[in-house]
Amino acid sequence: MSSLLEVRNLVTEFAAKPDRPGLRAVNDVSFSLERGKVLGLVGESGSGKSVTGFSIMGLVDRPGKVTGGQILFDGVDLVGLDPDAMRRLRGRRIAMVFQDPMMTLNPVLSIRTQMVEAIHAHEDVSERTAHERARDALGQVGIPSPEERLASYPHEFSGGMRQRVAIAIALLHKPDLIIADEPTTALDVTIQSQIIAEFQTLAEVSNTAVIWITHDLAIVSRLADELAVMYAGRLVETGGVSEVLNTPRHPYTRGLIASVPSQNRRGERLRQIPGVSPNMADLPQGCSFRPRCDRALPGCLSVPPQVPEAGRSYRCINPVMEAQA
Amino acid sequence: MVTSLIRRTFQALIVLFAMTAIVFVGVNVIGNPVDILINPDANAAEKARVIAHFGLDKPLWEQYLRFLGGIVQGDFGTSFVYNKPALGLILERMPATLELAFTALFIALAVGLPLGLYAGLYPNRVSSKVIMSGSILGFSLPTFWVGLMLVLVFSVELGWLPSNGRGDTVELFGVRWSFLTGDGLRHLLLPAFNLALFKTSLVLRLTRAGVQEVLPQEYVKFARAKGLTERRVIFVHVLKNLMIPVITIVGLEFGSLIAFSVVTESIFAWPGMGKLIIDSINLLDRPVIVAYLMMMVVLFVVLNFVIEICYTLLDPRVRLNARD
Repeated sequence: MSSLLEVRNLVTEFAAKPDRPGLRAVNDVSFSLERGKVLGLVGESGSGKSVTGFSIMGLVDRPGKVTGGQILFDGVDLVGLDPDAMRRLRGRRIAMVFQDPMMTLNPVLSIRTQMVEAIHAHEDVSERTAHERARDALGQVGIPSPEERLASYPHEFSGGMRQRVAIAIALLHKPDLIIADEPTTALDVTIQSQIIAEFQTLAEVSNTAVIWITHDLAIVSRLADELAVMYAGRLVETGGVSEVLNTPRHPYTRGLIASVPSQNRRGERLRQIPGVSPNMADLPQGCSFRPRCDRALPGCLSVPPQVPEAGRSYRCINPVMEAQA
Repeated sequence: MVTSLIRRTFQALIVLFAMTAIVFVGVNVIGNPVDILINPDANAAEKARVIAHFGLDKPLWEQYLRFLGGIVQGDFGTSFVYNKPALGLILERMPATLELAFTALFIALAVGLPLGLYAGLYPNRVSSKVIMSGSILGFSLPTFWVGLMLVLVFSVELGWLPSNGRGDTVELFGVRWSFLTGDGLRHLLLPAFNLALFKTSLVLRLTRAGVQEVLPQEYVKFARAKGLTERRVIFVHVLKNLMIPVITIVGLEFGSLIAFSVVTESIFAWPGMGKLIIDSINLLDRPVIVAYLMMMVVLFVVLNFVIEICYTLLDPRVRLNARD
């Protein structure tokens, strides 16, 4: 069976001036995703995980641009796809949920308007049908008395409720793929769990694939089937969630796991990766993680290739092979 | 809504009352109308008779009280010059000014909004830069000079458009209008354009700034992520948000459009209120000046209220506050 989504050697650049090579926010990224699976895309701020999501949506802000690679969605390459064809995919087959629910809904339009227009963007149904579908979608994500809430405006909802509305909008057309860009980061922990649980059910029941972009490994360990770790625009490690979390091969992944507070013993100093993430405008030569890495070798001065291993791969010439302490 | 209306009306009355005092005293400071109105050759008895006739022999406070008493009965006094009720004189001239102001407003919005939208959406195009530079001219060229140039070019040199008066008018709802006849429209064009130039630049720049503020918002990106057409994203999601500041400023500026149409009306001999007030100031026709200023206060109060209503239509967050 071929994958629903196959990203091959994706490059997204932000050029300060046209016709000049820009910053590579996404650099040679490849991964694939099957229907009904959840991929956790992790990395720290600025590692290019959100830009990867927006590249798939075809919504990279100017002056950013996908300049290389392929995004095969159900066999069709989304890179260079005609804008109208791309528009018809957006919201219908690929949907997205954003990070900050306080900002994603238009403050001057009612929830009803914002939901009905999303239906009408892709389906020629009557006002009545659209209204009923919007109402049912709200009910489905656990919003009480959806009929009345349809007439409300975003400012009358709490953050968690707004995120539910955004999820309801994303679900309207039963998409094949949902890109969730840190959808729970701005929410309370209890609401976080509810939303994660909803996504889990969704992926199982409707066979929807999810790319869950986050910096929170704890969420990923609960939710994802597969894990992709990004650092400075490159994918440094991919594989099944349990393999990657239990036996990380890339030193960065290992550091990331070690810095989750629950990994520490009480009273012990919190562990952190030494140094700071690199400036994207001035990346270190070769492996971008080299200056912060305690396993760096002279060979790290050239960009390491993707090393495949059964069901996983990593970009490191001196991977962590010994068992974790 | 009703409580807010009542509260507003009450506030407006207080503002009006304060204005009567300021205006009345202010006008008395400018000069003595007796010097202008009375023939210098008239004898002392004649002078005293005229002064008594206008009530100018009474002390200021008594004049003011009589004036207030008149207002309550809808009487703003009688023009010294025309010997007609001042209010009637102003109301007679009002349609001409309103017609001019509304046409100018229409031009400002019809030209400023689309150009501003274009310049905001495509800020790097050469045409956008030309538009923005042009708007600086619209801002900085003095109205009277532009008016004179318009007359010089279109009336004198090219002879395309008439330079003064209202042309043919048609009566509608008991008021005479120019814009309903071809000739009237031709007369309206130059003064309206003259008056609109500054406001067009204002609307244009506001719209452009609004577009650039709204476009990077997450909700615009989310709207695109829903697969909406670009047209819907721009004309519903972006436009509705940027209309809020545009309506505020345009509404407030509309008052000044009327109040300061004086210059344009003088250049194009447009028989509106602006010309009347200039003449009245020259002749120190106190009742007309006072009545005119009162009308302007009422106008601004009404405009503010209309803006507020537009607000509640555009922005649901305001609606909620009004309910409290």
